[in-house]
Amino acid sequence: MTGFWATVSALVWKDIRAELRTKDVVISVLTFALLSLVIFNFALRPSPQVIPIVAPGVLWVAFTFAGVLGLTRTFVLEKDRGNLEGLLLTPTSREAIYVGKMLGSLVFMLVAEVVVLPLFAVLFNLSPFRPGLLLVMLLTTIGFTAVGTLFSAIAINTRSREIMLPMLLLPLVVPVIIAAVVASGTALEGGSWSEMAKWLQLIAVFDVLALVFSAFAFEQVLQE
Amino acid sequence: MSTNTMVRNGLLVLSGAMMLLSLYLIFRWVPTEKNLGVSQRIFYFHVPLAWAGFLAFFFVMVGSVGYLWKRTDGWDHMAYSAVEIGVLFTTLMLITGILWAKPVWEVWWTWDPRLTTSLILWLIYVAYLMLRAYSPRGEQGARYAAVLGIAGFFDVPIVYLSIHWWRTVHPEAVVGPAATSNLYSAMFITLMISVVTFTLLFICLLLERLSLRRSEHELEAARDLVETLR
Amino acid sequence: MVEADGNASLAIAVRGLTKTYGAQVILRDLDLRVAWGDFLTVFGPNGAGKTTLMKVLATLSRPTKGEVRVAGFDLSKNPAAIRRNIGVVTHQPLLYGDLTAFENLSFQGRMFGLEQLEERIERTAGLMGIGRYLGHKVDTLSHGMQKRVSLARAILHDPPVLLLDEPETGLDQEALSMLAEVVVSGERGRRTVLMVTHSLERGLALSNRVAILTGGKIAYQEERALVDEAGFKVAYSRFTGVTL
Repeated sequence: MTGFWATVSALVWKDIRAELRTKDVVISVLTFALLSLVIFNFALRPSPQVIPIVAPGVLWVAFTFAGVLGLTRTFVLEKDRGNLEGLLLTPTSREAIYVGKMLGSLVFMLVAEVVVLPLFAVLFNLSPFRPGLLLVMLLTTIGFTAVGTLFSAIAINTRSREIMLPMLLLPLVVPVIIAAVVASGTALEGGSWSEMAKWLQLIAVFDVLALVFSAFAFEQVLQE
Repeated sequence: MSTNTMVRNGLLVLSGAMMLLSLYLIFRWVPTEKNLGVSQRIFYFHVPLAWAGFLAFFFVMVGSVGYLWKRTDGWDHMAYSAVEIGVLFTTLMLITGILWAKPVWEVWWTWDPRLTTSLILWLIYVAYLMLRAYSPRGEQGARYAAVLGIAGFFDVPIVYLSIHWWRTVHPEAVVGPAATSNLYSAMFITLMISVVTFTLLFICLLLERLSLRRSEHELEAARDLVETLR
Repeated sequence: MVEADGNASLAIAVRGLTKTYGAQVILRDLDLRVAWGDFLTVFGPNGAGKTTLMKVLATLSRPTKGEVRVAGFDLSKNPAAIRRNIGVVTHQPLLYGDLTAFENLSFQGRMFGLEQLEERIERTAGLMGIGRYLGHKVDTLSHGMQKRVSLARAILHDPPVLLLDEPETGLDQEALSMLAEVVVSGERGRRTVLMVTHSLERGLALSNRVAILTGGKIAYQEERALVDEAGFKVAYSRFTGVTL
């Protein structure tokens, strides 16, 4: 098992190292999420009374679409120079490659989300720094990147990969998105943990299932 | 005539006859429902279509698991063929649902758990077809599709659960279909016969599609052979 | 020496290898045996299946049928052991452009779980003549220099078997002569090399055995010493129908 985590940490270290130099993924996710917030504001023109109702939805639509963008980006970087092949030539288990890539994407998405959050607060006049919301963000992003990493490895090998990833990913993550929106709404209104419990459980169960299935399926996807 | 062809022709005749019987029962025999009126008769198509659609997606899951396990083309052919038919049935199910909703609930669409889940289900398998179209030919594309075929099937109950909870969180006037448990017996018989008919139709279409797919496969092989010889 | 799970008398042993994509047959019942220490160059026209053969040997592509052993390990049972024992160079550099040469090699080393990594990187970089460039971002290096880094990457874990898929594209003259050095640099003795190419000159210059792959099969194999360039050209056009 030490070999497993050594590989995972090597992969994450490599991704973070490259990202610190280019800031490609985080910046594209960030800009996209921010733009979505602004556009939504024009599209919905929410009055102060409506804001608490629409805000969680707006936030998660922004995160979801920006996340799709980020996931595509991380795999394009692996694929275009044949680096994915390079990874496959190493004697590591495919599960380790999956976990490493997944954790990398998770870190980038969480960083982008944490930066977007205060901007969201300003634009929608909310105070979002509540532990409940942060936990929802963490759990949801785990589930999202767990499935997303698997399907971006698939989408990258298809024609029109940009459209393929959202087509594959979004219907599958509907449960976590719904749960995230509802739980975030509760958190933003200052609701109690017990009100959120059932949704957090749903997301957690989804996360576990998604991780187990994806780690298994990733091997099937990578062979040629 | 091979046994395979005989079986297929037999099924075709049988499901044709059953279809005629169902049509008779639905339009002539079964009494009109008191509250919902004549539009309720679409129910005898809507429910069997939904059932056959789910059955098809179950076949997809089985075919996908079989393919990843055994890696023989037969499993993949079954999954791919079942998706096509499943998407056809689910599309018809959604259309009949929308048509029925308008006169009964006075809206085309409501985000009720069953409707919404059906829509997501449909989207997942439409994505499957797109994935097949855009994937590399042969084994690689089949593996990708199998992964989705399994993920999609097991995701659907979670989707349903989440939407169900979500609708109960916002208790609006839910205009869902009334419970259909105490169906009048003639209605029940008609429904059951219609379900059997559509199941037969599904199997019939699946066998036809499978044989067609095998021919496509052989043709492709022959074409490649010609290409190599040239 | 090489740990093996069976008969390791040959570096590469392939029997009845068939690879199909859909209905398309790329490799057809191919047999190939490469002895330890040999430098075998496989020539073949485009579409003969050279790259596919390399991918199968490199464990990247699963055979449809047939038995493949590399460095004594069975491909179907122990692909990870094969990966430890092969170094692969392809058309693509397999490097991360945003990382430095050192970071690339260090990443590779960690993926292989290598010990005394820094020392090893220094040594390999010295051998490939890239010592001065270790701190440079790969994207800023010249094409030839990138190729050297990618060769260094391939031999960092000191593999006894090298698989080279047309590595000479982009290798300058100097780096080419290094290839000869790389072959004898193995800590465990002379490395076995399988190279596929369509460049006659370089292929003949480096190898001690030559083979022709056409129609998904090895059609011809001979000791380099027993065939001159003119003779090889005749054989090539006879088997492939293509004149060099």
